[in-house]
Amino acid sequence: MSFRYNLKINSGADLHIKGRSALKSVVLPPSETYTIKPGNFFYLNTKLLLKEGAKVKKGTPLFFDKGNPEVKFVSPISGTVQKIVRGKRRRVLDVIVHRDEKQEALKFDIPNLKKCTRKEIVDFLLEVGLWPFLSQRPYGIIANPTKKPKSIFISLVDKRPLGVDFDFILKDKIQDFQRGIEVLSKLTDIIYLGFPSGYQGELKSIKGATFFGVSGPHPAGNSSVHINKIDPLNYGEYIWTINPEDIANIGESFATGEFTARRTIAVAGNGVGDPKYFKVTIGHELLHLLQEAKVNMNQDNRYINGDLLTGEFVDDQDHIGYLNNLISVIPEGNQYRMFGWLPFKDNSVLSTSRTSFNWLKRGNKPVEVNTNLNGEERALVVTGEMEKVFPMDIYPLQLIKACMVEDIEKMEALGIFEVVPEDFGLIDFTNSSKLEAQEIIKSGLELMIKEVG
Amino acid sequence: MKNKLRHTIDSLKNDLRYSSNLKKFVPAVNAFDTFLFVPNVVTKSGAHIRDAVDLKRTMITVIISLVPALLFGMWNTGFQHYSQLGESVSLFESFGFGFTRIFPMIAVSYAVGLAIEFGFAIYRGHEVNEGYLVTGLLIPMIMPVDIPLWMVGVSVAFAVIIAKEAFGGTGMNILNPALTARAFAFFAYPTYMSGDKVWVADASTIDAISGETILGTLAANNPSIQYSWWDMFVGVVPGSIAETSTLMALIGAFILIFAGVGSWRIMLGCLIGGAFTGLIFNLLGVNALMSFPFYLHLVVGGFAFGVVFMATDPVSAAQTTKGKWIYGVLVGIFCILIRVFNPAYPEGVMLAILLMNVFAPTIDHYVVSANIRKRKRRWQLAKANG
Repeated sequence: MSFRYNLKINSGADLHIKGRSALKSVVLPPSETYTIKPGNFFYLNTKLLLKEGAKVKKGTPLFFDKGNPEVKFVSPISGTVQKIVRGKRRRVLDVIVHRDEKQEALKFDIPNLKKCTRKEIVDFLLEVGLWPFLSQRPYGIIANPTKKPKSIFISLVDKRPLGVDFDFILKDKIQDFQRGIEVLSKLTDIIYLGFPSGYQGELKSIKGATFFGVSGPHPAGNSSVHINKIDPLNYGEYIWTINPEDIANIGESFATGEFTARRTIAVAGNGVGDPKYFKVTIGHELLHLLQEAKVNMNQDNRYINGDLLTGEFVDDQDHIGYLNNLISVIPEGNQYRMFGWLPFKDNSVLSTSRTSFNWLKRGNKPVEVNTNLNGEERALVVTGEMEKVFPMDIYPLQLIKACMVEDIEKMEALGIFEVVPEDFGLIDFTNSSKLEAQEIIKSGLELMIKEVG
Repeated sequence: MKNKLRHTIDSLKNDLRYSSNLKKFVPAVNAFDTFLFVPNVVTKSGAHIRDAVDLKRTMITVIISLVPALLFGMWNTGFQHYSQLGESVSLFESFGFGFTRIFPMIAVSYAVGLAIEFGFAIYRGHEVNEGYLVTGLLIPMIMPVDIPLWMVGVSVAFAVIIAKEAFGGTGMNILNPALTARAFAFFAYPTYMSGDKVWVADASTIDAISGETILGTLAANNPSIQYSWWDMFVGVVPGSIAETSTLMALIGAFILIFAGVGSWRIMLGCLIGGAFTGLIFNLLGVNALMSFPFYLHLVVGGFAFGVVFMATDPVSAAQTTKGKWIYGVLVGIFCILIRVFNPAYPEGVMLAILLMNVFAPTIDHYVVSANIRKRKRRWQLAKANG
């Protein structure tokens, strides 16, 4: 197929980890409880609409965004609000809904896609509770419904460690996906849809989007990279991004008039016995999935909502996140390695550096990993290693330093508007000073939102 | 044995942690502990998996790359000494002679430098950084063999305190600490650092021994060099301990570039800058240094050693990719310029690198500014169109 743009990404690194999900999916029966976590969204400040014990239907708002009160977060199932877990300063961490047998849903009038205005579509998305699926640049927060984005970027390319196959996830949802694209095309001028280069699947029949092809190592699948190369974000502009499966969710909602929160989620990693995909609803109990995927629960595992570089640390009693299609499970690495700092020793530990023969030993074979830091945090000494895994026209080291000293003017000038913390995942992994780049960028972005907005 | 050792360290650290007087020594014990074991610390935020590479591994790689030059320097020290006396001795004896002279210098350098580093770590309450492991080996390698040990100690103390810790410690220094130590010794004790009586062991005490460096001979406008190109390339000439051998520096360069630790851009930049400037002077050819063939400029003195191991120090060099090219080329140009125009300092590479260390942040500033200008122009264009 032909692409409007062909992106060839050279900087980056593919990390092949053992336990990638097989392309088979299991439909799981519903779990007892479902949880919606405000923490799944960056810089979200919420206000609750319900108390514990309240009865809810599928689509009943649970809480809203204080910054944009019209953005509501709704219950994915019908039942009773069982528990509201609060953290520091009474911040809401989890809203847990206990499922009932009736399964009633709120129904809304569907706007006619042929005739309706942009505002009617926006109102429907907000009312039904689909809005949180839309994320905006700058900052990587939930899209501001009062702004019109210059474009929407969608990536069907996943190069992350243990990344998922969006072609497989969307296999049975092509009609819904097409309808979702039609809905989105009413919200912006242009939709960019990124495919792996040489793509030959069914999604090439999609209409209403500008196609581009991507090849190269991770982070070649990240929207930030695509935006930087195709339609860079300028001061005062907005670009939206959305997860491909959520486009199908929006498409389905425009057929049924109900909130749709389907999630095809891969459980993967070298801690998983039978890595595969599960078809569930957002907020499903994690334990249920882990048991089905034959995770060895006897060892000390790390459970991650998301991928190994950028995901969220959760425990086995937690629930799946709002936006991720991947759960990674790897063993914890709390062991000592005698003289492990010697170059060319312990070559089984994953490394992209030539100070280890790991590249020679693993070839293209997937490897086992754990969570050991493999060293200690140190002053920044080595230069040039960040640029090797950062394919954007941005100086990563200088941007990180500007964030550390909270120099807002410099952060703007160096491109803080064009990045999200996830773009720095590989820098976290590769840098020899064990710098927490994602955390630094996160606090830099928080500062920007507070001071600049 | 491994478990027993682990147990001993853990209980020692536990005792220290709960003692109010000794708590501040935890970083010092940690430094030894982490030399035996990579800690069992797991990731808490950010990426959940991390590369096997850390700063220790990086620094040890640099030390490995220095070993060929060091071993050759030890042998050459003995060889120069005995050949001046007209004695022919075995390879092993030459090496043994050099070893007995150089090992004490290394020991003093590490003892003084690490003592200061540990002191600052305890005082500031941070972990001991590994940077000094490289600096501490480099300093004796770029000194003349006859320099008294106390001068090595004083130079080390000056370099670590003034050039490094005063700026905030590892990663913050402007100047390369090893070169600062040499520059300090060069200006503080000139009689021990230049002339024709310092480059071969015992030259100042035994009359039969003398030996000027090639650059020193040329600076005296004496164009008769009795060494062949091969001698200069392999390094069988008088000079600072480990700087003489271009061949060994190339082996080091290969290790550094292969491991991705040293910047090939800086090295290649230096080579281009040095060769170009040498060629220009060859065309002018007014005095002995100017007419010295440019390809020989690249193999004499400390050019190769300085370019491979000193100019590439990531902290004091330029940090951006473009900046590294500019920095490298300028180091090469200034090295030959200083050699030719300033016969008082025939060894130009030290001063050229220190000079460019000072300008490296400026180079980076302009490289990054270009990126900023490009972005702002794009913003203006978008504003004008939209």
